[in-house]
Amino acid sequence: MDSMPLKHSSQQWINPPADHRVGVRAIKRRRHLAERGIESLLLLAALVSVFTTIAIVAILVWESILFFRTVPLFDFLTDRQWTPLFDDAHFGIVALLSGTLTTTVVALLVAIPLGTVLAIYLSEFAPFRVRELAKPFLEMLGGIPTIIYGYFALLFVTPLLQRIYPDLPGFNMLSAGLVMGIMIVPYVSSLSEDAMRAVPMNMREASYALGATRLQTALFVVTPAALSGLASSYILGISRAVGETMVVAIAAGMQPSFTFNPLEPAATITAYIVQVALGDLPHGSIGYQTIFAAGLTLLLITLLFNILGHVLRKHFREAY
Amino acid sequence: MSTISTLPPKPPTQLKAQVNALNFYYGDFQALKNIDFPVEKNQVTALIGPSGCGKSTFLRCFNRMHDLYPNMRYEGEILLYPDAINIVDRHVDPIEVRMRISMVFQKPNPFPKSIYENVAYGLRVRGERLRKVIDEKVEDALRAAALWDEVKDRLHDLAFNLSGGQQQRLCIARALATSPEILLFDEPTSALDPIATAKIEELVNELKEKVTILIVTHNMQQAARVSAYTAFMYIGELIEFDDTRKIFTNPSSKLTEEYITGRFG
Repeated sequence: MDSMPLKHSSQQWINPPADHRVGVRAIKRRRHLAERGIESLLLLAALVSVFTTIAIVAILVWESILFFRTVPLFDFLTDRQWTPLFDDAHFGIVALLSGTLTTTVVALLVAIPLGTVLAIYLSEFAPFRVRELAKPFLEMLGGIPTIIYGYFALLFVTPLLQRIYPDLPGFNMLSAGLVMGIMIVPYVSSLSEDAMRAVPMNMREASYALGATRLQTALFVVTPAALSGLASSYILGISRAVGETMVVAIAAGMQPSFTFNPLEPAATITAYIVQVALGDLPHGSIGYQTIFAAGLTLLLITLLFNILGHVLRKHFREAY
Repeated sequence: MSTISTLPPKPPTQLKAQVNALNFYYGDFQALKNIDFPVEKNQVTALIGPSGCGKSTFLRCFNRMHDLYPNMRYEGEILLYPDAINIVDRHVDPIEVRMRISMVFQKPNPFPKSIYENVAYGLRVRGERLRKVIDEKVEDALRAAALWDEVKDRLHDLAFNLSGGQQQRLCIARALATSPEILLFDEPTSALDPIATAKIEELVNELKEKVTILIVTHNMQQAARVSAYTAFMYIGELIEFDDTRKIFTNPSSKLTEEYITGRFG
C-alpha cells in the first residue's frame, strides 16, 4: 500500500502534462549545452598533456637528428669515451650509460628487496596501528627533495662507507646508488602493498583454513597473486632510478668514464645533462646538441621499461 | 541423492565434537549466544536459519577463522574428540586446529595456481617434500572429490580455467588432501547451478564415510537431503537441534516450524 503514491507520482513524471513540456525542453537544452562545455574543457586539459609529450619528443628527435648528422650513430654506440667538450671529442654514450646502469642496479638492489619486504610486512603482518603510523613516514620519505638525498649521500653515506673501505673516492656510484635505493623504497613498497592488499581476502582465508602460517600465506599465496602489481612497482622503481638526477650528479661525480665498478666515480646520462645545461654552451653547437641525443637515449630506456611493464602486467594478470 | 524417507538407519553414535555454552563477540556485539551442540562422528550435521542468524559465524569458530580479524572474543568451549582439546581456547594454536579441521567456502576460491598445486598446497604447508607422496595424495583427493576423471589430463592447467562447479570440487579436494577430521562447508553451493549443486550434495553424502561434516545452508531442501542432524539458529541462538527428519516433519519449536514452512526467513 505504501508504494502506491510513489508509483503514481513517477508515472506523472514520465508523462507530464503538455503545457509543461516546453519548459522541460528548455531545461534539457541548457543542461545539454553545459554538459558539452564541461566536456570540451576536460578534453582540452587532457590534450595539454598529450601535446606536451608530443612536443618534447619532437624537439628531442629534431635536435638529435642534427647531432647525428655530425656524429655517426655507430660511433655514438661503440665509442667508449664521452668527451664532447674537449678538442679531441668523443661521443660514446656507453661511457654515460655504464654510470646510469651501475647506479640503477645498486639502487634496485636496495629498493626491490627492502620495498618488497616492507610491502609484505605492511600488508600481511603489521597490526592496524603500526600500519597507520608507518605509512605517513614512508610517504614523507618519498616527499623529501632529491637534492637533500644527494647531500645526504655525499656528506654522510660516503664518509660512512669510507670508514669500512678507506680507499673509496669522495665521489662514487656506490653511495649514490644506495641513497637512490632508499629514495625509491617508498615507491616500490606503496605500489607493491596496494597490489597485495588487492588480493581478495577469500584467497587468504583458503590458505589459513588449510593450516598455513602467515608467512606461508604471504609468500605462497598473496605474493604470487600480486605478481603483476609487484612487477609494475619494480618497473616504476627502475624508471625512477634511471631518470634520477640530483643524487647522482652530487654524489657520483661528473666525470664520464666507462666502468661498471660502483666504487669508482662516474657520470650518468642525467648528471651530464645537468652539467651541460647549466654551462654556457652556444646554442646550436655540437656540445649543445649532445644533451638532446643523451636525453633521447634516456627517454628510450624509460620507454622500453614502461612497455616491458605493460607486457608483464598483461602476462601476469590474475583473474580472481 | 537421498531424501528424508530413505535416510539409512543411523549407526551407534560417537561424538566428534561437543559445543558447550559457546558465546562469540564481534567487539561489543554478541553474535552467538550460549550455544550447546553435539557433533557426531561420520555424520552430516546441517546448520539452517535466516540470513544473519549466526550460522556462518558459528561454523567459523570451529577452525578459528575469526582469529584473522581484530576485536573478537570466544567464550565457552568446543571440545574436539578424541583428545578433548578446547578449539576456542586462547592457548590452543589456531594453526593446530586448522590442521585438523578444514573448510570449503561459499564462493569457490582456488589459488591462482595449477590444479595440482591447489590440491598439493595443504601438504606443502605441512612440510611434505616427497614428490611421490604428494602425487599420490593429490590423486586420492581429486578422486574423492569426484574430479579426477575430468582433470587428470590437465593437472598443470590453471585452476581458474575450470567451471564454477569444478572449482568448488577442487576446493573440496584441496581440503581433503590433508585428511581432515572435520570438514566445514559454508553454503558450498550458493554460487552454483542446480547440476553442480547436485554433484556437491552427492559428494557430501559419500564423504561422510571418511570425515565428519558440518554444513551451513540456507537451502532447506539441501539440509533435508544431505544431513542426519539439523540445527536451527535464530539471531545468534540455537533454537532447536534434532534429527533432520524430526526437524522437518515435527519440529518442537514454533519458530522452527514457521521457518521451515517458509513463513519467514
